[in-house]
Amino acid sequence: MEADKYNQDVFQDVSSNEKNETDSILKSYNHEKENIISILQEIQERFGYLPSNIIIYISKQLKVSSAEIFSIATFYSQFSFQKRGKYLIICCDGTACHVKGAPLILNFIENQLGIKSGETTDDLLFSIESVACLGCCAISPVCVINGQIYGDLTIKKISNILQKLMKRT
Amino acid sequence: MSNSYKNRTIRICRGTGCNSLNAGEIHETLTKLINEDNLSQFISIKLTGCHGFCQVGPTIMIEPDNVLYVNLKAKNVKDIVEQHLKRDEIVKELLYKDPKTGKSIKNMEEIQFFHEQYPIITKNCGKINPENIDEYIKEGGYNSIKKVLNGIEPIEVIEEIKKSKLRGRGGAGFSTGEKWDFCRKAQGSPKYLICNGDEGDPGAFMDRTILESDPHSVIEGMLIAAYAMGAEYGYIYIRAEYPLAIERFSIALNQAREAGYLGKKILNTDFNFEMELKKGAGAFVCGEETALMEAIMGKRGMPRPRPPYPATSGLWNKPTNINNVKTLATVPKIIEKGAEWYSSIGTEDASGTIVIALTGKINNSGLVEIPMGTTIKQLIYDVGGGIPNGKMFKGIQTGGPSGGCIPEKYLDTPLDYSHLTNLGSIMGSGGFIVLDEDTCMVELARYFISFTQNESCGKCAPCRIGTKRMLDILTKITEGEANLKDLTKLEKIANIVKKTSLCGLGQTAPNPVLTTLKYFMDEYKAHILKKSCPALLCKNLIQYNINEDICTGCGVCLNNCPAGAISGEEKKPHNIDLQSCIKCGICYSMCPYSAIIKENPKEELVIHE
Repeated sequence: MEADKYNQDVFQDVSSNEKNETDSILKSYNHEKENIISILQEIQERFGYLPSNIIIYISKQLKVSSAEIFSIATFYSQFSFQKRGKYLIICCDGTACHVKGAPLILNFIENQLGIKSGETTDDLLFSIESVACLGCCAISPVCVINGQIYGDLTIKKISNILQKLMKRT
Repeated sequence: MSNSYKNRTIRICRGTGCNSLNAGEIHETLTKLINEDNLSQFISIKLTGCHGFCQVGPTIMIEPDNVLYVNLKAKNVKDIVEQHLKRDEIVKELLYKDPKTGKSIKNMEEIQFFHEQYPIITKNCGKINPENIDEYIKEGGYNSIKKVLNGIEPIEVIEEIKKSKLRGRGGAGFSTGEKWDFCRKAQGSPKYLICNGDEGDPGAFMDRTILESDPHSVIEGMLIAAYAMGAEYGYIYIRAEYPLAIERFSIALNQAREAGYLGKKILNTDFNFEMELKKGAGAFVCGEETALMEAIMGKRGMPRPRPPYPATSGLWNKPTNINNVKTLATVPKIIEKGAEWYSSIGTEDASGTIVIALTGKINNSGLVEIPMGTTIKQLIYDVGGGIPNGKMFKGIQTGGPSGGCIPEKYLDTPLDYSHLTNLGSIMGSGGFIVLDEDTCMVELARYFISFTQNESCGKCAPCRIGTKRMLDILTKITEGEANLKDLTKLEKIANIVKKTSLCGLGQTAPNPVLTTLKYFMDEYKAHILKKSCPALLCKNLIQYNINEDICTGCGVCLNNCPAGAISGEEKKPHNIDLQSCIKCGICYSMCPYSAIIKENPKEELVIHE
């Protein structure tokens, strides 16, 4: 199973659009291997995740084995190999958030959406991720939804936020 | 236009804290109203970084009246414009109220949170616009690099920093001057300088605030450091979780380059220095210097044994020096005011100030800068304003997951490197989390180990396997499944991991466990022997019930229970079925009448040792 998730799009050809986008990213980093992390960050920003066929394409362009690129990408928690939902809910579980009840909030969101942290709903609307600290400890507990930070959360507050998002979709 | 008004500047805090509390909307509303009322010739609005008091955000500061308005909502803006800006009357309802006396306080300096502080590196934070280099220069910025390039020899700079007794603010506390000297003496070229902005400790945001609020002070510090050790190229590594810090620092880099502070022949001297920003990609271990260098070179961020130290063989095997954000931000101040001035602040063991992110169960959470040697008590009760909701203080975690938990009896300990080390904790980079009676120390230790276990890079066995085994035992304890032998085993493994791990992550990971074992053994024993959690936090060891005398039968709990465990007729006391309750705590936090009680199970459990 675990292997499948990295392999799902390995055999798909890179479309000409994807090729152009990737080439321009590679070019902006001078095709330098030492910039691989920055390159992967831009690929993820552009495509929302790291499609396996694009990683293979990059490996050919940079003359680095795809295994090496995968080994780097899997090391850093920022990278995702799966498509993520329209709304990415990042729940902070840093110490300050933790002692102020972050696990209860995460638990509530998981129950409401019927998925666990690290998963995406089947309709590709919501993804949940848990991170160690967003550095907004003074307004803990905190969640970030598509870049927007929500602080001083309570179950009531997050429940209202989720309901609004569900209505909007 | 017949009206004339007093000229004023409104400083609006646009740090991450205030932004998340809708400072953006307040900024927009303010701009709109001022334009509509044709006040723009009298009033200027200035975006600033964070002044640290995130607890009461969003805030604005009106000058020259020196009035601080707190906890603002967009609807309050009109009152400020009409009353304060037009009629010169202070809007009393929006002032900060002292929680102890209930009195409204108008001036920022009179608020106890600020009154006790000693801002050196956070002096500009919340005061200047971080996106405008001219404002930094107006406050004396880039004067120190000018002074240095105007005839101070590199070796003299290093001697000055040594004399100031500045110690690295990243956690280890090594003498900054010595470190620079190693790199200066090292053979090889080019030499690299790295600023470590990979602030990964959960519960810490000192570096983020400085990068967001006063980025040029870090650039100037890097310039001085580079000149002193002969480095030509620099990197700043900022974690990806800090988008605003990355954005503001990029702006600052461009402005510094345009103004001629970066590049070739800086200020028409022979000094060349160029630098770039590298974004982290989410790995706590990259805060470790050898791992960070691997990450910059585009590899897996795994630490390597030292020696060789980075000073002799770092990036691409060239001499490299790594300093923390706060260390570098301090450097221009030392050059400006002199080593003697700096070393006169603080203690013999540690000179200068410490920047602390004070959070957790504390009234005034936020960013504070206090002289080294301030006691823990002063920090919590004077600056921090004590514990909220009349709860009891239980402990303070210093140094994040690498540090330890200090109990109440050591409240009079002065904050510096040696005192904290003696208590089994560390200074760390400055994330301090206050814990009250509702915090379970065993669960907290489990939380920290689960964090370090998750972040362990897996290169060395003690850290990879040891933290996993420690996590297993701690989880067993919090679930009420452990016996006293497990406790002995836990302590043994913790000591092995501490002594034998490859890098700082593993060597310090057991600290939260060892200190809680030392100071809070009662709680471990309660979990093991009584199968009860004194803080009523560990799910397996507590149960929820409804107080029938208080319950009004409103149905909020029944409608929100995800397990369908609550039953009862409308307007009659409800009941929780303990068998189907999943102990998620939703009813407890949603009940409008606080009728839900959390308790240790009543029946006496068999005690087996």
